[in-house]
Amino acid sequence: MTIVLDSISLTSNGEPYIYESHLTLERRSLNVLLGPTLSGKTSLMRILAGLERPTTGKILVDGVDVTGVGVRKRNIAMVYQEFINYSSHTVYNNIASPLRLQKLKKSEIEEKVQETAKMLHIEDMLDRYPSELSGGQQQRCAMARAFVKDAGLLLLDEPLVNLDYKLREELRDEMQEIFKKRDTIVVYATTDPLEALMLGGNTVVLREGRVAQHGSTLDVFYYPKNVDAGITFSDPPMNILKVSLKNENGAKTGYFPDGTTFNVTSHLSKLDPGDYQLGVRCMNIGLKPFNENDIKISGEVDLAEISGSETFIHVKHENVRVVSQSEGAHPRHIGDRIDIFFNHDFIYAFDMEGILVLAPDRNGSNSPQS
Amino acid sequence: MARIDMQGIAHSYIPKPKQEADYAVKRLDLNWENGGAYALLGPSGCGKTTLLNIISGILDPSEGEILFDNKKVNGLHTRERNIAQVFQFPVIYDTMTVYDNLAFPLRNRKVPEQRVKIRVQEIAEILDLTSDLGKRASGLNADIKQIISLGRGLVREDVSAILFDEPLTVIDPHVKWLIRRQLKQIHEQLDLTMIYVTHDQLEALTFADKVNVMLDGAVIQQGTPEDLFEAPAHTYVGFFIGSPGMNILPCTIEHGHALVEGQKIKIPAAISKTGAAAQGSLKLGIRPEFCDITSSSENGGVPVRVKKVESLGNYHIVTAKIGEVIIKVKVPEKAQINPDSDNHVIFSQDHMILYENEKALNLQ
Repeated sequence: MTIVLDSISLTSNGEPYIYESHLTLERRSLNVLLGPTLSGKTSLMRILAGLERPTTGKILVDGVDVTGVGVRKRNIAMVYQEFINYSSHTVYNNIASPLRLQKLKKSEIEEKVQETAKMLHIEDMLDRYPSELSGGQQQRCAMARAFVKDAGLLLLDEPLVNLDYKLREELRDEMQEIFKKRDTIVVYATTDPLEALMLGGNTVVLREGRVAQHGSTLDVFYYPKNVDAGITFSDPPMNILKVSLKNENGAKTGYFPDGTTFNVTSHLSKLDPGDYQLGVRCMNIGLKPFNENDIKISGEVDLAEISGSETFIHVKHENVRVVSQSEGAHPRHIGDRIDIFFNHDFIYAFDMEGILVLAPDRNGSNSPQS
Repeated sequence: MARIDMQGIAHSYIPKPKQEADYAVKRLDLNWENGGAYALLGPSGCGKTTLLNIISGILDPSEGEILFDNKKVNGLHTRERNIAQVFQFPVIYDTMTVYDNLAFPLRNRKVPEQRVKIRVQEIAEILDLTSDLGKRASGLNADIKQIISLGRGLVREDVSAILFDEPLTVIDPHVKWLIRRQLKQIHEQLDLTMIYVTHDQLEALTFADKVNVMLDGAVIQQGTPEDLFEAPAHTYVGFFIGSPGMNILPCTIEHGHALVEGQKIKIPAAISKTGAAAQGSLKLGIRPEFCDITSSSENGGVPVRVKKVESLGNYHIVTAKIGEVIIKVKVPEKAQINPDSDNHVIFSQDHMILYENEKALNLQ
């Protein structure tokens, strides 16, 4: 099936939760809802599920208006952050419950429960009660119950957030395989940019109740249409710096607000003179030069964090804070003077309203291929 | 501020523990230096929270002594130990202002109002809360509330140590950075002993000078973030630290090579020597960062079948198989990997660790 959210919005007690938005979810697509807390992910899911009626707009399923049709009459399944299971039922009966509601034959239920339990590696725990399972196993049980009924729409609201991160890695890998094999629209909410990249598919970036961007996950990552999308789809967030570009003696010079200058080269030389916001991901800011044409900035170390394999240095330059991410361990102390280098080739230019003007060259082009 | 020593500490939730498995924390000695930043890192159920509760005094250990500045504190209440704690969820009074929330622990101890004012302002300054002092806490975001909880812990001047139990779980990734920065700054400015419990490796490694990795009630390695990354002493540390974790390949050592699924892997002479003498089951550990994929079998490339290539921004994670053994390789974004052509994996000779019965053999 295909789902269209046509000009939907949601206001509750006079507070806007979702501003007017359009969204098309294609058949068999995986859609990641990426955004910070309170960006509207859960509200959008509740509208998709039929748990919440949008204040304006229509929901069309294969062209049929289903706005106002309740959750029970829709062919959906949902997995929540919390591990929600029937505590007085065994794992088997938990997984079987949606099938019993559908009044399937006993043999068919048996077959489907076994198959789904196996898929989620809980086939040896069918006789246990949820309280006898670990957190990871409880969430597997909740997922099995959602997956077993072949719903046309599968909603997962930050399903891994309450699990240990190694378990997250494992379940995320498995889920990807499971999603691939199913004829279902999957909607998956997360606050974590890396999780969106790992899941692939499409990404909807949400920010304060608005859709900042919707497209294939890699396109959104490499071509954020606006500052909001760029910041949301990077961890640590994309660094944003205001600059003025001026024509001087036949070449372009960039000015930071404090008067520091740099030579404008590579793709950025295509920009007209004027004011811009430059966006740079942390991994493209280093402690030693990448190329000859790097932009060098001097500042003061605000914080140095070493993760074993990488070092994150937070640098204060005038009123701007910039984070650099480098491989290896590079100890620095708070207050140290430091030079950092921006890889010119990976800089985004946004206008002063925050709209993308120019993305870095990628495979010889400045715009998405798809 | 205090130095904390744990001597022969063990804890069981069972009244009469009989065997090792009955213990949530197995007998251990640990020292926490005054002013150090420490993390307890491990999966759910590894005993890290039990250990934290023993330090704070919520739990009386079944065995052993706990000393604060060489004085035994077993049996002393959390309050008497002057321990401050920050939990997963913010603990603040919603109806009070930020100022009153910060002042509460001091007023509770009858600190003169004049001193309260000075101290609250000091802490607010450090935590960037000065402009919020007059606001009611109920209207604030989860992250500011968590910073206020932290402030409530820090406001007392007689705090021996501050304990954090997964303090960033409810905080958005974007804001975690800000709070981590504040924790680090507080640590540099206030010279406090800090102990941080988490299952999240990045939080532990970036916060702590020394990380204790726990598994099944035991500390399996204590080290700096670099130690844990470069030289995991136990296969579990290799797996747990890093994303994806270390490749741990079951192997045998024959004629100066490691054999994995019948494939010869070139190894340094020192490893080959220790490996040949070892009796237990052997595994070769190497991190995805120290492997590479090439199309040629030169330079000791081992043939692999590429199963998946994930694009994660500035790098790819390649999942491949040597026989039935899965191996993950981290390659730069510009590397061109064709899963259908002949692929080989190359291992950096400087970053191999040989494990016997899960314990490292060739660490300095």
